[in-house]
Amino acid sequence: MDPVPSRRIALSVNAKPVDANVEVRHTLADFLRHQLGLTGTHLGCEHGVCGACTVLVDGRSARACLMLAVQANGHEITTVEGIAAADGTLHPLQQAFKDHHGLQCGFCTPGMLTTLVELLRDQADPSEDQVRVAISGNLCRCTGYQAIVDATLAAARTMREAPARTADVR
Amino acid sequence: MSLLARPGGPEGGSNADLLCEPADPHRPGATLLGARVPRLEDDALLTGRGRFVDDIHLPGLLQAAFVRSPHAHAVIRSIDASAARAAPGVHAVFSYDDLRPHLVTDRLVVGLPSSHYKQDHHRPVLAADETVHVGEPIVIVLADDRYLAEDAATLVDIDFDPLPAVSDCRAALATDAPLVHRESPHNLLAEFDMTYGDVERAFTDAAHVFHESFWQHRGGSHSIECRGCVAQHDALEDRTTLWTSTQMPHAAMRVICEMLGLHENQIRVATPDVGGGFGPKLVTYPEEVCVTLAARLVGRPVKWIEDRREHFIATTQERDQYWDTAIAVDAQGRVLGLRGEIVHDHGAYTARGINLPHNSAENVPLGYEVPHYAMQVKVALTNKVPVTPVRGAGHPQGTFVMERLLDRVARELKLDRAEVRRRNLVPATSMPYRTQLKARGGQWVTLDSGDFPKCMSEALERADWVGFPARQARARTDGRHLGIGLSNFVKGTGRGPFESVTVRIGSSGKVHVYAGAAAMGQGTRTMLAQIVAEQLGRDLSNITVTTGDTAATAMGLGGSNSRQTVVAGSSAHVAATKVRAKLLQVAATLLKATEHELDIEATEVVVVGQPARRVAFGVVARSLAGIAGYSLPGGVSAGLEATEQVVLDDMAFANGTAVVELEVDVETGGVRIHRIVFVHDSGRLINPLIVEGQLAGGIAHGVGNALFEWMGFDENAQPVTTNLGEYLLVTSTEMPRMELYHQESPTPINPIGVKGVGECGVIPMTPAIMSALEDALAPFAVRINQTPITPAQLYALIAEGRAK
Repeated sequence: MDPVPSRRIALSVNAKPVDANVEVRHTLADFLRHQLGLTGTHLGCEHGVCGACTVLVDGRSARACLMLAVQANGHEITTVEGIAAADGTLHPLQQAFKDHHGLQCGFCTPGMLTTLVELLRDQADPSEDQVRVAISGNLCRCTGYQAIVDATLAAARTMREAPARTADVR
Repeated sequence: MSLLARPGGPEGGSNADLLCEPADPHRPGATLLGARVPRLEDDALLTGRGRFVDDIHLPGLLQAAFVRSPHAHAVIRSIDASAARAAPGVHAVFSYDDLRPHLVTDRLVVGLPSSHYKQDHHRPVLAADETVHVGEPIVIVLADDRYLAEDAATLVDIDFDPLPAVSDCRAALATDAPLVHRESPHNLLAEFDMTYGDVERAFTDAAHVFHESFWQHRGGSHSIECRGCVAQHDALEDRTTLWTSTQMPHAAMRVICEMLGLHENQIRVATPDVGGGFGPKLVTYPEEVCVTLAARLVGRPVKWIEDRREHFIATTQERDQYWDTAIAVDAQGRVLGLRGEIVHDHGAYTARGINLPHNSAENVPLGYEVPHYAMQVKVALTNKVPVTPVRGAGHPQGTFVMERLLDRVARELKLDRAEVRRRNLVPATSMPYRTQLKARGGQWVTLDSGDFPKCMSEALERADWVGFPARQARARTDGRHLGIGLSNFVKGTGRGPFESVTVRIGSSGKVHVYAGAAAMGQGTRTMLAQIVAEQLGRDLSNITVTTGDTAATAMGLGGSNSRQTVVAGSSAHVAATKVRAKLLQVAATLLKATEHELDIEATEVVVVGQPARRVAFGVVARSLAGIAGYSLPGGVSAGLEATEQVVLDDMAFANGTAVVELEVDVETGGVRIHRIVFVHDSGRLINPLIVEGQLAGGIAHGVGNALFEWMGFDENAQPVTTNLGEYLLVTSTEMPRMELYHQESPTPINPIGVKGVGECGVIPMTPAIMSALEDALAPFAVRINQTPITPAQLYALIAEGRAK
């Protein structure tokens, strides 16, 4: 078998510049997890259905299992590790998930959070239905989704009241 | 009190049966039992700092991929791994013949004991000369990364000679059926009956007898984290550590020791964060044994992470049961007797035993007064992945049968469905109610507590059951078909005999809890911390909890059967109480006070009213750690710790009622659930936040079982649903807002009054939904005796009804 070709890529991950050599067949998820050690991005199905691997690419949610690492060249990636404030203060979504028991095993949680960061940036005052539609591509086996929805609505309230706290998350 | 219905509301209405003062986690010194304490687990999981098994990275780590059987049944003629061994990055390739010399035994003997087995079929560590289901592991490949391991796996050349396969468990029992295992006498794995009273006479004397047949299907667990494990051999300590995503680490350690001929100090099994269990992770799997052995053979750490397709074909499932039943009632609809037969799909091997059909048969009459009962059970081998518990573990099927039969009685006798149930529920005045059933361990099944009729009444009231016909009639005038359905359930929880818990205060003053319990995402650590902290300062930040680690706890059973709060919670409570007593006794000596003058404040013991007189936990612990040559204070024994295994042979029975209101689009068969009202009683609540989470997840799982989840196999036992596009899990847009209400009947059979809750949500959902569907489709006389039911199937039934 021929050796697997690799490429040099330069990108931003959680607002930090990254320059790396990656095998061209490696997914973005495997690159983040195994090469950068950012294991917060989880793989639940590797065929784009469960949503656990969702990250933000230039601020837009994307499946890191359906994207090759080389495709991230020149882009800004945000993972769950990049959501909290630099001083460690939880993002209002993270805090609301905690307060409302929006997570149990925590495996789908990173993808839920990145998806909902995008939603709340685009829609400051979503309805319950809008929240449900936003996470309809994210599977959770633990919560029945209700506490996630409640947490999101609560976080939206918090963010409307104090918008500055979270403006920097992309 | 409507808890999930009003987000963020620990306020809400009154909870009539609250045991203790209203809990407020933010008030210093307030009780933690019953408090909505945010979980200790959450911060790491929310920030990407969780440590799941695939997050473990070790120097020199190799990744494993398995070559699995593509055939449901085949002879393995030969295996040629030479090309795979020569592939880039490959370090080793092992088949059965390579591993066998290193194994004391080649079979995983993990089935629960029973006298009902006709034959034993324990799983091999790798298939040797015969493979009996698609997905069975045959070869393990170790390479530098998973990509390379999968590349090489495709190069393993296996010469198969396909054999006829058995897909349908009823067909398996035909006299001319192909054999699931070519050398077995037949495909009947086990047979038993669950019988009491004189059911023949009950049927002879009955005013009415009704027959119903059911097909019940449940699917896989589909925890979002699949299975996986990492093994590392430490030559310095001569010990191999296996981190594995399991619900039962102690069982895994025992099996691995037995198979590899090692003793308990040579194998440590530990669970990292587990991304959901839901049943199948309670089984010890061939992959765990292979990976452990492989790591020892190659002298490097080895990781195997299951992918979703493997989860569909190699992780155990709960599948088909076929029921033929009859119910005998008097003229008023009171049940006189119930009888029937079950054929249960066991899969190709015994990975857990016959507990599922046992649970199903036992569950049928559980919440009702059924004076005579006879259920015959046949457990059939099939060429499919083994069947073991999925959340609910056979209980949902039993509940489905009873509730569907009661709906039939109501319809035939023109009674309200709730009224039929009211006439037959075990009344609160009969508690404790000794049934005529025996649990699988031979103990009598005794319903310990609860008020089933009251639970149902509250659910009906909350759901406005009596107001529904008017709502239904109004909708019907708009051409909309609304339906309402209900189901009661009773579920034995907290299966014993015990769980082991150690509570220890260290010289640092920290309170350490070590439990044989295994956390798999439910908040087990928070639950144990609350129970222990309640006795030892009520400061959750001062508690550490270690679960699921065989090096930390010698004995343990782990997570199954909604048991951990009951059994581990009870042991934690008693252990913490003993440590508290000793802490106060020694502190009294150190403070020159009497014990009744003392109180505990966070991490210190203080003399009440004299705040200057205080001693920190750590000082007391150090005094009991001993100083060479000096006596221990107060003449007590060494150490500030206690280990408890509270023995609980009897189960604590949780109960509840679900009411579902839904709408069917009769032009498409589409179903929209509008309301789910769920009133349940799992005894005393330790943390309502966690309890509600458990219920909500179970309810969603039950909705999936009713309307979506189907693990398909074709007639050759080839799986036909092997990704999450073909096998549907419930998503956020199918779930309505759940309205959850608690009743609290503390059980007298354990020291903290708790009952389990992990599986409760799922149990009544399929019958409640089918009842509501039939109600919505009454104009078409639709009858539903199966789970799941798809829109296409519903549409066909509607069309049939129209044609009549």
